[in-house]
Amino acid sequence: MIETRGLRKSFVSRQGREKKTVEAVRGVDLDVAEGEIFGFLGPNGAGKTTTLRMLATLIEPDDGSATIAGADLRADPGEVRRRIGYVAQGGSTWDDSTAREELVLQARLYGASKSDALARAARVLDGFQLSDYADRKCKTYSGGQRRRVDIALGIIHEPKVVFLDEPTTGLDPQSRAHMWDEIRRLRAEGMTVFITTHYLDEADALCDRISIMDNGEIVASGTPTDLKREISGDVVRVGLPMEAVAAAAQALNTYKIETYDDSVRLYVEDGAVAIPQILRALDAADVPLGTIELHRPSLDDVFLTKTGRSLRES
Amino acid sequence: MKLLRDTSLIFNRQMQLLLRNPVWILVGVFQPVMYLLLFAPLLKPALQVQSNAAAYEIFVPGLLVLLAIFGGLFQGFGLIAELRAGVIERSRVTPVSRLALLLGRSLRDVVSLIAQAVIITLLALLFDLRVFIGDLLLAYLMLALISLMTSAVSYGVALAVKSEDALAPLMNTVAQPVLLLSGILLPLTYAPGWLQGIADYNPFSWAVNGTRALFRGDLGAPDVWQGLLIMAVLAVLAVAWSARMFARSVR
Repeated sequence: MIETRGLRKSFVSRQGREKKTVEAVRGVDLDVAEGEIFGFLGPNGAGKTTTLRMLATLIEPDDGSATIAGADLRADPGEVRRRIGYVAQGGSTWDDSTAREELVLQARLYGASKSDALARAARVLDGFQLSDYADRKCKTYSGGQRRRVDIALGIIHEPKVVFLDEPTTGLDPQSRAHMWDEIRRLRAEGMTVFITTHYLDEADALCDRISIMDNGEIVASGTPTDLKREISGDVVRVGLPMEAVAAAAQALNTYKIETYDDSVRLYVEDGAVAIPQILRALDAADVPLGTIELHRPSLDDVFLTKTGRSLRES
Repeated sequence: MKLLRDTSLIFNRQMQLLLRNPVWILVGVFQPVMYLLLFAPLLKPALQVQSNAAAYEIFVPGLLVLLAIFGGLFQGFGLIAELRAGVIERSRVTPVSRLALLLGRSLRDVVSLIAQAVIITLLALLFDLRVFIGDLLLAYLMLALISLMTSAVSYGVALAVKSEDALAPLMNTVAQPVLLLSGILLPLTYAPGWLQGIADYNPFSWAVNGTRALFRGDLGAPDVWQGLLIMAVLAVLAVAWSARMFARSVR
């Protein structure tokens, strides 16, 4: 449904007299299958939004090619526009308009007749449970309601692919869960959904497949489960008194290890086999032990092993 | 055909929002009416004309052109608010004509300007101004062209700078010399030769002369067709440039 090869974009930013070229996206290859929720995960500034805006025809790529829903992005952006929906991060509604007015206008901009536009608006208002406030001005809506209007605007013309840029950023936990249901509903209706997020749990819970982006490049792609399996088997976290961390790191230097203030994390093939060995090694080195935990790796661990940084700190 | 349809969609939406807050049309009229009431009475002695009617015949056309220039140049602020709300980006991912995104807005500006011009003309009638309806309609055409041009320029600049803080000083810097060099408040017939020489290069001074000729009832004056032609050409250029800005990336 979406196929990109070597997409690139750089910007020239000016600081005083100095011109600096920032390579925002450096050669992105993506393959998104029909009917999946595809997640684009990465820290702020990784190039996710730039990539999305290129795919949505809002900025022109410097290089590379892309086919979206069968239309060529570079050769025929007009046709791409007809086949996709795009929901920007910052919202898209006007304070003094009502949701119904916005939806009718949007449908008509996509070429619908007046009666068709009214029918479509009524249908999506119903689908997104917005009918009760449809004729109130957008400025009276809650954050979650307004976000639902944004998404309704993005799909009013029943696109094959819809791009959602950080659809849940800034929402409270309940609205977020609600939004996840809405996004799954879009997939159930046959749409391919492409979302960006910097929430690991969101990518994990919602997406069929993800690509992790860092510094303008894709560093890993796959299903969340595969990606987590890929980085060895398990993570063992050993809690220690602060002064013992260095000694523990020394004793366990045969393992792949990350040190923290009050703990070390070990990436091991099989936790059940490794734990007794770890205990013995620590015991032999006389390192006092606080706690020991075994857990399955999270997407944060994936990010950590691929980029050397934690997503939370970047 | 698609252009017409898209333009009318954008225009209708913009008009709907404008009419939801019609107070803005009256706010726009307030300042010119103050000029009409508090400044114009000085003109009869200053211009050494016979009657109030003669003074208004010179002053009202200038005032209307002033309104068209300033009204247009400051429309960009509304667009920056729309940019910030994401409305422009939302339109740009649809197949809507880029020219329509501009024209729909600029035509709204033209309509609201003409509404203001009608209100001011009617008030001026109370001060014995008399003008033939045919001449008046041509004068309104001139105003429409001016406002189409200045609002298109303002939208284009707004898309380029994307911030009110940059747009305000820019527009003021452009508007002030344009205003002073167009003989809007006092005719340049009183100006020294060098000043008239510079003013000849100011297209708006031609527009003011043309509009004054129409208010005088001097339809045959070359000022009329020259003013209209210059404004029409500039309006086309401004619209073409600004539509390209709409087609380009918005950040």
